[in-house]
Amino acid sequence: MNFLLKHRELALSLIIALMVTGVGIYAPAFATLENAASVLNDTSILCMLAIGQMMVIITRGIDLSVASNLALSGMLAASLAQNYPDLPVIAFIAVAIATGLVLGLINGSFVAGLGIPPIVVTLGTLAIFRGMIVVYGGGNQVNASEMGDVFQSFPKVTFLGLSTIFWIMAAVAVTAWVFLSMTRVGRGLYAVGGNPVAARYCGIDLAPQQLLVYSLAGAISGLCGYLWVSRYGVAYSEIASGYELTVIASCVIGGVSIAGGVGTVAGALLGALFLGVIVNALPVMQITPFWQMAISGSVILAAVVVNARAEKRGVKLILPEARLAAGAAK
Amino acid sequence: MNKVPRQDVADAAPRSLSDRLLRWESILVVMLVAVIVGNTAISPYFLDIYNLSDATYNFSEKAIVALAMALLILVRDIDLSVAAIIALASLAIGLAAQAGAGLPVLLLIGPLVGAACGAFNGFLVTRIALPAIVVTIGTMSLYRGLAQVVLGDKAITQYPKDLAAIGQSYLIKWPPLPYSFVIFLGLAAIFAVVLHKTAFGRKLYAIGNNPVAARFSGIPVERIRFMLFVLTGTLAGLAAVLLTARIGSTRPNIALGWELEIITAVILGGVSIAGGSGTIPGVVLAVFILGLATFGLSLVNVPGIVISVLLGLLLIFSIAMPIVVRRLMKSRAT
Repeated sequence: MNFLLKHRELALSLIIALMVTGVGIYAPAFATLENAASVLNDTSILCMLAIGQMMVIITRGIDLSVASNLALSGMLAASLAQNYPDLPVIAFIAVAIATGLVLGLINGSFVAGLGIPPIVVTLGTLAIFRGMIVVYGGGNQVNASEMGDVFQSFPKVTFLGLSTIFWIMAAVAVTAWVFLSMTRVGRGLYAVGGNPVAARYCGIDLAPQQLLVYSLAGAISGLCGYLWVSRYGVAYSEIASGYELTVIASCVIGGVSIAGGVGTVAGALLGALFLGVIVNALPVMQITPFWQMAISGSVILAAVVVNARAEKRGVKLILPEARLAAGAAK
Repeated sequence: MNKVPRQDVADAAPRSLSDRLLRWESILVVMLVAVIVGNTAISPYFLDIYNLSDATYNFSEKAIVALAMALLILVRDIDLSVAAIIALASLAIGLAAQAGAGLPVLLLIGPLVGAACGAFNGFLVTRIALPAIVVTIGTMSLYRGLAQVVLGDKAITQYPKDLAAIGQSYLIKWPPLPYSFVIFLGLAAIFAVVLHKTAFGRKLYAIGNNPVAARFSGIPVERIRFMLFVLTGTLAGLAAVLLTARIGSTRPNIALGWELEIITAVILGGVSIAGGSGTIPGVVLAVFILGLATFGLSLVNVPGIVISVLLGLLLIFSIAMPIVVRRLMKSRAT
């Protein structure tokens, strides 16, 4: 049990495997390869957003604007497709990513440049970005029929039974993993989040790191904006409304500590996958979708409690005096 | 000879006039005046006493919750589940009404359910020592999810007339003051006195500035934080009573997204998200600024989502401006 608590990625994988097996015994159709592929395709956007959010949370920040960013970036890409349906797909993707990056930079400059708390900045931009969709498009929506084939067919292309969305997610995940675990800047994020003062003394500045993570989270949201809109075939002001909290929940379930400095790509992915499996298992279990929210709420709480216990065990007292003091305090 | 004993720490300098003028509350007063003048200029209907009193319907319920949220943020906590608590409390009121309960029961059950939800939040945050933001993201889904499980895609719309009267009529005929607005003003007065004039209020600042030092000074930090969660839940339940009475229906998406509007008001009111500073007059002013700005803009048919853009800009720039000004002044001084 202790071993599992310390290796939460392993524990989470086991729980997901148990869930899939359990649901599979009840409804054999659930534990098939086709269904696994469809769950993965469904969850890929959430996985990417969770990775972006995780990098922000590692630096002790939070980005509440990701879903609004996604909606605005998706809208701009869709309206480009509406006007120029024959552009190559890379143009739409580039526009979405660039929009997301700029929006992320806006968050980042307020946080890093002016030192305003991230929750305040992104609470504001949450409303602003989403509202800009209406300011820009006058409240009109772009429907599937207006987007053109190039725009919509790309995420539906499959390779080895999995859609392009999944493969893009895989690429994002691998890049993020390499970045976070093998580069100097990536390791710096953990240093900044773990102890900003110590990091400063080591010559790692907080501000550039913050600018970087909010931009990255923004660019990922932009990319997801294109994928979301092209997959579901509609762009309007309300898409992914409230999704930012699902994204943060995925991180929390995946063991990313809201206090900063702790979190892995695998954790964020598994957290998102966990929620994805639940969402997809409910209809198979013939539970009305109305249960979905209550169940994911309980799951989040359970995950936080488990993670907190694991973190407590993680504290080591090195000096004998400190150990004595801690013993006396008890 | 007789040397005056020198203290190691000098007394605080007396407050200068410029300090008083640069107080956050003074800036808010200017903003409020600007909102009122601007709205009067763009619409002749703004300064009508009946219109203004109707405007209070749209922000009083949120304002009531904002008072408690201010105290919670003051001690470094936060409650994102308030809107979900409103949904669950509204459901309880609806079920009680369906069961034929009388007015006293309907009025009490909302705050009671709210208090229970708040106590659960407080338990998880203080006893199991979890971060408030994470706990309340979870309970936010849980509470609204429970309401959704019970209601499904239906709504409860049968409410007794005497409940509707509380939500829709004036408590005082002239000047026309709705129940919700009077309750808000009364609570604001109580909160201001408790926070600024009592030892309990000082304790909240102590906890917000340094919880560990506060604990070592004998302040029951965890108990107070727990109480504040219960208080926030209770006021969310009260807001649920007023909202349900006003709109006469309970749906799973009732008060959706209110938590962010409430927190926006608290932050604009000058309560630091890092804890330890903020005032009730500031929060009250912010509530009026946001409420009247929304009302004035909707009078001239600005769509709600565009208003939310303007309020978002207002939030960011009102927080950013003082920082920029301070930096400019500093760079000029050196």
